[in-house]
Amino acid sequence: MAEVERHSYDVIVIGAGGAGLRAAIEARSQGMRTAIICKSLFGKAHTVMAEGGIAAAMGNVNSKDNWQVHFRDTMRGGKFMNSWRMAELHAMEAPQRVWELETYGALFDRTKDGRISQRNFGGHEYPRLAHVGDRTGLELIRTLQQKIVSLQQEDERESGDAESRLKVFAELTITKLTMDGERISGAFGYWRESGRFVVFDAPAVIIATGGIGKSFKVTSNSWEYTGDGHALAMRAGATLVNMEFVQFHPTGMVWPPSVKGILVTESVRGDGGVLTNSEGKRFMFNYVPEVFRGQYADTEAEADRWYTDPENNKRPPELLPRDEVARAINSEVKAGRGSPHGGVFLDVSSRLPKAEIMKRLPSMYHQFKELADVDITAQPMEVGPTCHYVMGGVEVEPDTGAAKVPGLFAAGEASGGMHGSNRLGGNSLSDLLVFGRRAGAGAAEYVGAIGATRPVVTEAEIEVASAEALAPFRAEGGENPYTLHTELQQSMNDLVGIIRREDELEAALAKLEVLKERSKAVSVEGHRQFNPGWHLALDLNNMITVSECIARAALIRQESRGGHTRDDHPGMNPEWRQVNLICSIDGEGVAVNKQALSSMRPDLLALFDRYELSKYMTEAELADLPVQDSTKGDS
Amino acid sequence: MGHNAKLRVWRGDASGGDLKDYTVEVNEGEVVLDVIHRLQATQTPDLAVRWNCKAGKCGSCSAEVNGRPRLMCMCQMNNFAEDEVITITPMRAFPVIRDLVTDVSYNYEKARKVPSFAPPKDLAPGDYRMQQVDVERSQEFRKCIECFLCNNTCHVIRDHEENKENFSGPRFLMRIAELDMHPLDTLDRKKMAQEEHGLGYCNITKCCSEVCPEHIHITDNALIPMKERVADVKYDPFFAIWSLFRKPDNAKS
Amino acid sequence: MNSGIQAPGRASIDARTLRKDRWWIQPLVTFFFLMSFIVFATWRAFAGKYYYHAPYISPFYSPCLSVKCVPGSSDFTPIGAWWTLSPSLLILIFPLGFRMTCYYYRKAYFRSFWLSPPACGVAEPHKKYTGERQFPLILNNAHRWFFLAGLGLNVILTWDAILGFRNAQGQWGHMGFGTLVLIFNASMLWMYSLSCHTCRHALAGRLNHFSKHPVRYKAWTLVSKWNHHHMKFAWISLGGVAFADFYVYLLASGHLTDLKFF
Repeated sequence: MAEVERHSYDVIVIGAGGAGLRAAIEARSQGMRTAIICKSLFGKAHTVMAEGGIAAAMGNVNSKDNWQVHFRDTMRGGKFMNSWRMAELHAMEAPQRVWELETYGALFDRTKDGRISQRNFGGHEYPRLAHVGDRTGLELIRTLQQKIVSLQQEDERESGDAESRLKVFAELTITKLTMDGERISGAFGYWRESGRFVVFDAPAVIIATGGIGKSFKVTSNSWEYTGDGHALAMRAGATLVNMEFVQFHPTGMVWPPSVKGILVTESVRGDGGVLTNSEGKRFMFNYVPEVFRGQYADTEAEADRWYTDPENNKRPPELLPRDEVARAINSEVKAGRGSPHGGVFLDVSSRLPKAEIMKRLPSMYHQFKELADVDITAQPMEVGPTCHYVMGGVEVEPDTGAAKVPGLFAAGEASGGMHGSNRLGGNSLSDLLVFGRRAGAGAAEYVGAIGATRPVVTEAEIEVASAEALAPFRAEGGENPYTLHTELQQSMNDLVGIIRREDELEAALAKLEVLKERSKAVSVEGHRQFNPGWHLALDLNNMITVSECIARAALIRQESRGGHTRDDHPGMNPEWRQVNLICSIDGEGVAVNKQALSSMRPDLLALFDRYELSKYMTEAELADLPVQDSTKGDS
Repeated sequence: MGHNAKLRVWRGDASGGDLKDYTVEVNEGEVVLDVIHRLQATQTPDLAVRWNCKAGKCGSCSAEVNGRPRLMCMCQMNNFAEDEVITITPMRAFPVIRDLVTDVSYNYEKARKVPSFAPPKDLAPGDYRMQQVDVERSQEFRKCIECFLCNNTCHVIRDHEENKENFSGPRFLMRIAELDMHPLDTLDRKKMAQEEHGLGYCNITKCCSEVCPEHIHITDNALIPMKERVADVKYDPFFAIWSLFRKPDNAKS
Repeated sequence: MNSGIQAPGRASIDARTLRKDRWWIQPLVTFFFLMSFIVFATWRAFAGKYYYHAPYISPFYSPCLSVKCVPGSSDFTPIGAWWTLSPSLLILIFPLGFRMTCYYYRKAYFRSFWLSPPACGVAEPHKKYTGERQFPLILNNAHRWFFLAGLGLNVILTWDAILGFRNAQGQWGHMGFGTLVLIFNASMLWMYSLSCHTCRHALAGRLNHFSKHPVRYKAWTLVSKWNHHHMKFAWISLGGVAFADFYVYLLASGHLTDLKFF
């Protein structure tokens, strides 16, 4: 094998979305030589798709907001399956992370007194989302990108070389993490442009690769979302937690077919948009679940008053957490009350004046105008659920982002636990920042502690990794990777989708076995230079592995909670709340095991009243609860 | 409902290439990128194309469709007659890598030459106060998705490779305008715009604004106002004298 | 040409454009109308006659500054008899300069006269391009001075329009079609000047804190709206000036009699 391009860094960050960039900024700021590896061009990561905003309890619009309220909302949204420590850190640190963005140059929309404006969003008790129109994700990624550039400029002034301490490797895909015994030694990948291989020697690797949506047919996710980080981490010996929790965003476009799944921001509802069925009825009033009764309006009149007077009215049920709304839409369509193209109607045209819609939702206006020829200021949109986000991910230490494997860290959507069984809108961008920074700091600390005993990538490993990466070229007359991908997406959509059943999940697992076999014989044409067929063939293995985790965990969890709805096991089961499902590599497939959830610190428990906890907890847990108002305890 | 479209797609790399004809099925509501993907999935698995979000938000799938710089994901097939031959080429201002993929590193290099946001040193995070009307101009420019179609279409570099060294293109002149208009930025970027980034090359022929998929008024709101700001400091002795006697609007001199 | 789209490394495509639409129409139309105006204006500016028909004066000749100006057409004649050319040439340099340096006309002439570029995505025919960095094009940065001069002329032309409310004997309280022509001309010139990018810049564009200057911000907002239509005003006012001059010419040369309203 010809010699391989080789680089040596302290920390490499795989993924250049919000979490990856924030992690890299932190690692570099703590003195680490850091490499950022992006699968696409720099600044194109999926974070740009985020529309609504960044949730942070700054209290700029409603001064009653604080981190405890945010924490409570997050736990409720996640149906108490969240890693409480992550939820706590997240709620506490999000405001600082947002303010920090302003020092990098972000320009959020402002309140009258010149502070960062905040908007309402599903599941958040107060207006909490810092935003820029409906393109907050773009602002976030561009701001972080520009911060990286500014650090590079600093390095250039000091050392003459802009890339001396922080370098971006764009359009480079990592196919394997290399190991030095039990710990990480680096990573192996290829340049998209040339197909040439690259080896990174690095004691610490941060996974920030985002999600898995490309395993589903109808998804808001881009081609990059193939679960690379999840699969890389597992193959290196790390574990994934609660992969069965997949969020289907209630409002994706349903027409025309080529854009099916593209996101329609929740801000449409936050700013007054209502969901109606073919009978013109605001059906969400029929779908307020027991646990949320008392927090949502019972009548349209009250719901409408809430937009102007949130103090004295309950919020409209359109703003229930995403899982509830997605299921409700699904039920309406199944009951035959859907829109012509199999969704429901989302109407903002009758609720806001044209100018206001153009101002608050400019990119939605363009998206519908240009892709569907629908004028949202005059007509309702047609929307339906779309695979949007995976709550599960690499199991990490909340404080440092460290995975089970020494030297491996994860942050953002690729990590799990923070959002429990369902993520609130706006909590994703704040998650990226809070845990991106923590993973960067965690990696820096780890590298600082290992001293001079740095691992190296061995030639043998490089040989193996190269052979694996080139396998699709060797097979001849095998299947087209595009065909397999289409079949995978269809199966996951039909059998492991928004509503699940035991027999369907079993069918999905059987199908995955078949796909796994067939994928070994996938063959690609052409050469290594910018060859999408080859790239897909490699990504396909990751998708199949991660899909198996999802399907297996979904089969095991016999209850319905958040992003996991079992037709044959409706309703939440407090026993299952105590169980995390942990997925790891097992031979050629994956194994899923149960693991107990850690119990929440009493001072955090005290933020909820007993009645509310009783909806989620077992009798035994309730019996163990400290007396209300007591925050003492040492568990 | 579908029909077969006639495509001419440029295939090749830096060493050469040419337009190749294909016939590909098209369904209702599809965009050029869908058809390119179908071509890739059914006939040419190694056709190189860059794309990400497929919703006009990431700016990856820039190319030229019938000679016009476009995002392929925002270019509806029903804009074309069914029997029309649709020509798709990579962007023609940048070096080609393969097929529809070009080397856009020029843009990243220029980005790094624009000095970053420089906030007042004594302002703590959380203490930033800015009025909505003061941030709106820069916010418009921050809508930019960096598809680089403006730089691709700008004749200053599209037609004159040698100008690339001294001209940063509409995208980054707009970035300078964004920072110069930022209510809290402390650097004066006017002379820099003219002397280091080549604002003087711009002859306001407005192709950048014409091709911008985000409909940013690049010329009217960024480049021309920047030219006027440059004129203030470089070509207007009266204004320069006048400025000596009045309180500046902000920290910028 | 191997510097632009044919430069080494770029996708090798022979055509200088692959555009299939009729991209050449716009520069052609622009060329035709600008050229027509130039021919007409040159003829009229050098003619030196038929520019005054009481109470109307052609905008090409106002203010008429030479002692040789037609009686009645001028009250202020600082230029002596030594100036033997058309009095129009004394002042026309200002509106000409204003329009030559105007951000809209720059687009128009760079595209349609200099073909740099003729249309977006169509390669220009020049080997070298240096932009507005050297003499003479660097003079385009003087737009603001011509803008100020233009404002002065607008005042004078507005006064001319007001004078149009007299009859040929100088008595007030009359009006004819010519009055309308001059009013239209003056108002369109105002709109053209006020919608100009320099005006927008001077009002508040140069500020970084609109919030501290609410009145200037309001003015800026209004002018920004007009600025969107700057091209429209540029053409209408150009046509308006030509028409006003031609109307006065027709009256003065006896081809036409003014329609008197009262």
